[in-house]
Amino acid sequence: MANLDTALPPLTERSTILRWLRKNLFGSWLDSLLTIVGLLIVYWALKGFLTWAFTAAEWRVVSANLRLLMIGQYPIEQVGRLWLWLAFLVFLTGTSFGIWARQSRFAVGVLMLPAVLALVFPFEGAARTWLLALTVIGVAGWLGGRTKPEVLKRSVIAGWVIALPIIILLTHGFSESTTGFWAVAKTNLWGGLLLTFLLTVVAILFSFPLGVLLALGRRSELPAVRWFSVLYIELVRGVPLITILFMAQLMLPLFLPEGMTIDRVLRAMVGITLFSAAYLAENVRGGLQAIPKGQYEAAQALGLSGAQTMIFIILPQALRLIIPILVGQFIAVFKDTALVAIVGLLDLVGIAKTVLAQPEFLGLQREVYVFISLIYWVLSYGMSYLSQRLEERLGVGKR
Amino acid sequence: MQRETSQTTIPFWRDERVLKVLGQIAFVILVGLFFSVIFRNMMTGLAKQGITLSLGFLRGVSGFDIAETLFPYDRNSTYLQAYQIGLLNTLLVSVVGIFFATILGVVLGVARLSTNFIINRLAAFYLELIRNLSLLVFLIFWYLGVFLKLPKVKEAIIWTGNIFLSNRGVGIPWGIPTASFPTFRLILLFGFILALIVFFSLRAYSQRTGRAPLTLLWTLLTFLLVAAAGWILLPEKPLAIDLPRVQGLRLTGGKILTPEFMALTSGLTLYTAAFIGEVVRAGIQSVSKGQVEAARALGLNGFQTLRLVVFPQALRVIVPPLTSQYLNLIKNSSLAISVGYPDVFYVSNTIQNQTGRAVEMIGMVMLTYLAFSLITSLLMNWYNKKIKLVER
Repeated sequence: MANLDTALPPLTERSTILRWLRKNLFGSWLDSLLTIVGLLIVYWALKGFLTWAFTAAEWRVVSANLRLLMIGQYPIEQVGRLWLWLAFLVFLTGTSFGIWARQSRFAVGVLMLPAVLALVFPFEGAARTWLLALTVIGVAGWLGGRTKPEVLKRSVIAGWVIALPIIILLTHGFSESTTGFWAVAKTNLWGGLLLTFLLTVVAILFSFPLGVLLALGRRSELPAVRWFSVLYIELVRGVPLITILFMAQLMLPLFLPEGMTIDRVLRAMVGITLFSAAYLAENVRGGLQAIPKGQYEAAQALGLSGAQTMIFIILPQALRLIIPILVGQFIAVFKDTALVAIVGLLDLVGIAKTVLAQPEFLGLQREVYVFISLIYWVLSYGMSYLSQRLEERLGVGKR
Repeated sequence: MQRETSQTTIPFWRDERVLKVLGQIAFVILVGLFFSVIFRNMMTGLAKQGITLSLGFLRGVSGFDIAETLFPYDRNSTYLQAYQIGLLNTLLVSVVGIFFATILGVVLGVARLSTNFIINRLAAFYLELIRNLSLLVFLIFWYLGVFLKLPKVKEAIIWTGNIFLSNRGVGIPWGIPTASFPTFRLILLFGFILALIVFFSLRAYSQRTGRAPLTLLWTLLTFLLVAAAGWILLPEKPLAIDLPRVQGLRLTGGKILTPEFMALTSGLTLYTAAFIGEVVRAGIQSVSKGQVEAARALGLNGFQTLRLVVFPQALRVIVPPLTSQYLNLIKNSSLAISVGYPDVFYVSNTIQNQTGRAVEMIGMVMLTYLAFSLITSLLMNWYNKKIKLVER
């Protein structure tokens, strides 16, 4: 018998470029054929796209209309208010990164983004200054968060809580007079990416609690509550979003008592929120089902009431389990807000029609829609990337 | 002991059983109140506009044209007929979309798992690219940016196989039934019945002996053989091939697929295929490696391993999410309105604009989509039950 201690190490394959090529690209004749076909597709697609993008495409339609695409017809006089809340948001983000993601290089990259945007895209002079200032503000917040995390923690959390009211208030304005910096900007002037952003944020924030409630309702022991939740969830999930948006636009005003009117943007927000709540409810239910029964029993043994069990024991675990699914749902909401263009709101997609209606930009649909797609892509991809990072930090599936 | 517990009765406001009942009653009353209030508001609002809820208006003459109809329709037809035309168009787009999206999706899912570096990366790139786009923008891009940007009819691009690409539509060769077509239809029916017989006898054979013949392949082959024999043996060909051609300023002959239809189906297909690709990839990956190794150890070859071991197990994971992708495609086909394809939602929107019957039309459309969803779920649930793991 050979001595086990002197056993030879297993054979290792020396990896060279040639070996790698043989293994990954030219393993068999079929593999080689696929490789060649694949390379041809890459070559053809890249060549086609790059030739178009750098020679044929007239990007001036985007650069000349950058303002419309970003904020629609929001009054120029009051644009400063948007920059104010954006600065507030960036500061909060920077500080949060400083406190909770101290080592993350990705966070620094995000904070540099406004400056990069300012350099890459042809913004107007004032906008460019603001964007550069945003990076400075963000980095300042980041440094502040790093140096005094314990002091700032509470105020940052408070800041996030009041962020949405501040955003809405600043965007809407509150002065009675029709001119001036604080004058009200009517919602029909909200447009472009600004409107898409507001619709997304409002829909996500309001559909989340609603979705959790519906999920709890669906798992409730009370038949009346359970059946109501099931009916709501299945009804909404069975119809397309566009029908719900039309219902919100046409029927919501009818539902209100006489003399009461409801703003068109608000109607869209209600529609998307109600729609997304049903989907969120199903996701949350999935998370709830994954929590073992022992958790309920342990909580009960500790003397917690039903509500306490839910809030302190079950929901924190269930929600952490479904973070990736939740983010996926939020991305879907973001992409779905585009549908408000069909009911006549001027969001990023709706405003494209206005841009293309200008006589000097006729026939430049490809440029405009490629640019809009790029915005959707970058933001969606960014969100899913962020969620992967968050997952790693929270250690989902590792505890 | 028992007497003691019955003596210490808790007051009813702290008795959980009573509370539960009371809570539910309160909940029902609140919900009922809410809906009755908004219903009353709606009725008074409608009465003010002089509208009473009824579906009688559907019998009125529509007075509008629909660009694409599967069945005869003109502006003298009723609203109800217009609605039916829209319904059929939705069905058409959904079926075509599901068919192609499934094929492309399976290819993408398998390609994503390929050991070939280029193919693997290419599929991954496609999935990441598409899944982060907004479907509406995607559809509009295909319509305004691709199909309406094709050259004029006179300068139409002609692909091999007589496919004409122009901004007025895509012309493809199409068969026109000739005099012998009814006979051919009978032959097809005969082939179908024969194929069914083959299918069931092979299945019975498989259950009796425990072998696994290629049931689907033989079934399909039987049908194709009968069809081919009919095609060759009939004195006159049952279908005359009609080629598309340019006539003046428009395309005629063959089958002309409008830019609206092309944009909607290609957009929906390419978009949903990306999601199906992910579903398929996850399904195949869910089959543990040990299963494949065990199959190889039993002496099954690569194809047999796939067919008898990997595929049936992957299918169980794939079918439920695949169902929801199909449902998504059907629901997303309502975005036809953004490219001007007359599906059920677009038609109902036109009807509603003409008659002012918003409540009825929205109700009808919602019920229609609910019915679609229900039928698809039922079909897929039935299929899912059939392939489910048989447990003791």
